[in-house]
Amino acid sequence: MTQTGAVRQQSRHAALGLTDRQVIEMYETMMRARRFDERCLLLQRAGKVNFHISGIGQEPSQVAMAFAMDFEKDWFLPYYRDYAFVLTVGMTLKELFLSLFAKAEDPNSAGRQMPGHFGCKRLRIVTGSSPVTTQVPHAVGFAYAAKLRGESSVAYVSFGEGSSNQGDFHEGCNFAGVHKLPVIFVCENNGYAISVPLSKQTAGRISDRAIGYGFPGVRVDGNDPLEVYRVMKEAHERALNGEGPTLIEVMSYRLSPHSTSDNDLAYRTKEEVEAHRKNDGIPAFRNYLTEAGLWNEERENELQARIRKELDEAQAYAERAPFQSVEDAFRYVYAEEPSSGEGR
Amino acid sequence: MPVIEYIEAIRSAMKEEMERDSRVFVLGEDVGLKGGVFTTTKGLQEQFGELRALDTPLSESAIAGVAIGAAMAGLRPIAEMQYSDFMFPATNQIISEAAKIRYRSNNDWDCPVVIRAPIGGGVFGGLYHSQCPESVFFGTPGLKILAPATAYDAKGLLISAIRDPDPVLFFEHKKCYRLISDEVPEGEYTVPIGKSRVMREGDDITVIGYSLPLHFAMEAAAELAREEGVEAHILDLRTLQPLDREGILEAASRTGKVLIVHEDNKTGGIGAEVAAIIAEELLYDLDAPIRRLCGPDVPAMPINPPGEKHFMLNKEKLKTAMLELARY
Repeated sequence: MTQTGAVRQQSRHAALGLTDRQVIEMYETMMRARRFDERCLLLQRAGKVNFHISGIGQEPSQVAMAFAMDFEKDWFLPYYRDYAFVLTVGMTLKELFLSLFAKAEDPNSAGRQMPGHFGCKRLRIVTGSSPVTTQVPHAVGFAYAAKLRGESSVAYVSFGEGSSNQGDFHEGCNFAGVHKLPVIFVCENNGYAISVPLSKQTAGRISDRAIGYGFPGVRVDGNDPLEVYRVMKEAHERALNGEGPTLIEVMSYRLSPHSTSDNDLAYRTKEEVEAHRKNDGIPAFRNYLTEAGLWNEERENELQARIRKELDEAQAYAERAPFQSVEDAFRYVYAEEPSSGEGR
Repeated sequence: MPVIEYIEAIRSAMKEEMERDSRVFVLGEDVGLKGGVFTTTKGLQEQFGELRALDTPLSESAIAGVAIGAAMAGLRPIAEMQYSDFMFPATNQIISEAAKIRYRSNNDWDCPVVIRAPIGGGVFGGLYHSQCPESVFFGTPGLKILAPATAYDAKGLLISAIRDPDPVLFFEHKKCYRLISDEVPEGEYTVPIGKSRVMREGDDITVIGYSLPLHFAMEAAAELAREEGVEAHILDLRTLQPLDREGILEAASRTGKVLIVHEDNKTGGIGAEVAAIIAEELLYDLDAPIRRLCGPDVPAMPINPPGEKHFMLNKEKLKTAMLELARY
C-alpha cells in the first residue's frame, strides 16, 4: 500500500513539471526561512535586535509561488512577511541578517528600513514601504512597462488580507483588469490584520473580488505548496499569454504574533494557535517527500545541521558588520550624479 | 521667436520629449482620446498611440502609483491629475512612495516620475476646482516642486522635469493656460530646476512669488513706476522645492523691503519658508518687516463672483501692498 501511495504522490509534483531536486529545494528553502524566522524572534527577545516581523506559517506557499516565477525576467513586489519568497528568488541569509541588524551592507536599504522591507534591484525585488498596499499599483506599473516595451515579464505582488480593503488594492486591480496587464495579485490571507480577524475585515471572499474587475480569482490552501505552485503557474501563463491578471488568495494562518511588539494572546487563544499549528504545511511537505522516497531522517538531520551552521555564520557576519556611517546616513535624498541630460 | 500660450508650451514640451525619448508616456483621466479637459495633451494619442497617451480609470492613487511603478521599471511617465484638488487620494503614493524610493533603497531604486496638476482659481471653479495644494507637498524631502509663471518657463521646466532623475510635481496655473503668452523658442531647451529668475529689476521694494500672482505684480510695478516713481524688483521662484536660497537672499538684499505673494493660503505656505530664510540670514539688513500677501486662511474660494474676486489676488491688491511697503 505504501508503495502504491508513493507512486501516486510522486506523480503529483512530476505532473506539475517539478523535478525531485526542485521539490527538495523547495522543502529546504521553507525550512531555511522557518529557522531564520525563529532565530530572529530569539534575537529580538534576547535584546540583540529591536524588531522582527514574522512569516511563520506562510513559508510553504511563499516558496511555491517563487518557484513559479522567472527570476531573469519577472518583477517581485513582496510584502513584509515574504522571507521565504525572497530567499527563493536569491536573497541570502547573510543579506537578511544584515537587514535584521540594520547594517550598511544590507542590500534592501543599508539598514535604513525595518526588516521585512525588501528591495534589491539585482534580484528584481522592488523596494517597499510600511504603509500597506502601496506596492499594488507599483506592480501594475511594472506590468504596464512590460506591455509598453513588449517584454515577456510578469509582476508578482503580495499583500495581506487586511490590505485587500485598501483603495490601492482596488485601484490597482481595476487598472490591471482594464489593460489586461501581466500581473499576479497575491493575497496572503493569514487570518489576522494585527488583532482584527478576517471576520471583521470582510464579509465576503477576497478571491471573489476579482470577478468585479473582470479577471479570475482563485482561493488556494497555503499549506499545500504543490497546489499553490499549480495555481501560480497557471496565472503566470495567463499573464504571459496576454490574458491579463489573476488574483490568488492563499489561505494560511499567522502562527506568530503580528510582530515582536504584539501580544497576540490579548485577542486570540493559545488553543486556537495550537490547533492551526497542526496544519503547518512544512511537516506535511516533509511527509510528502518522505512518502515519495525523496527524504529520510538522515537527510533531515543533515539539513538541520547545515541550516544551523548557515544561520550561525550569517548572523555572526551581520552582527560584526558596521552600520552605515552617519556621514552617509542622509545621502540619496536626490540623485547625486547629474542626470545623463541635458541642460543642468 | 514665436509667441505662444502657456498651455501650448506645456503641450509642446510633452510632444517633443515623447518624440525624443520612447520611454516618455502620459497617463491620466481624459488625457488620451479627448486630449485632456484643458486640451493640454491634445494630439498626443493621435501621434503616439493609445499606449503612450493612456486614458486611465478615474482613480488618482492608481494614476500616481502605476506611474511610480513604471518609473521604477525604467520608463519616464508623466501622470496628469485633472485638477490639483483631486490629487489628494494620490498623496500617500506621492509622499510615502515617490519621495522616499531613492532614499529608502540607499540609491538602489529611483523614481523619475512627473506629476502634472493644474492649480489655482479665477475660473469660477468653486472650492474644488480652484485650490493651490503646494503647501501640502512642500517640505517633503525627495520631491521637487515646480510652478512656472511664463510660457517660456513652463516649457523649459517641464522638459527639465521629464529628464530629471527624481520625482517632480509640476503645478501649472489653469488661469495662465490662455491668459499668458510669451516668446518661446522652437525646439528643445531647458530651464534649470532650483533656480529663480529676476522678472524685473528695481531698487525700492522686492516682490518674491511664483505662478499667476507675479503677473499682477508686474502690472502693478509698471503702474507704480509711472505713477509713484517706485521701482519694484520682482523675483519668480519658479522652483518651490528646492528653494533657490541664494536667489532669494540676493533679491531681498537688493532693496531691504520684501513682499512675498502667492495664491495658496498664507498660513504654512511657501511664503512662510521664504520669510524664514530671509529672517535667518538677513534680518538686520531689512528696512521693513517682511510682508506676505496670500490667499486667505479659508478652506477654498467660493464660486460666486464677488466671493471669488475677494479671494483672488489682483493687480490692485498687489499695487496697494507694494506701495505700502515702499512707503514704510
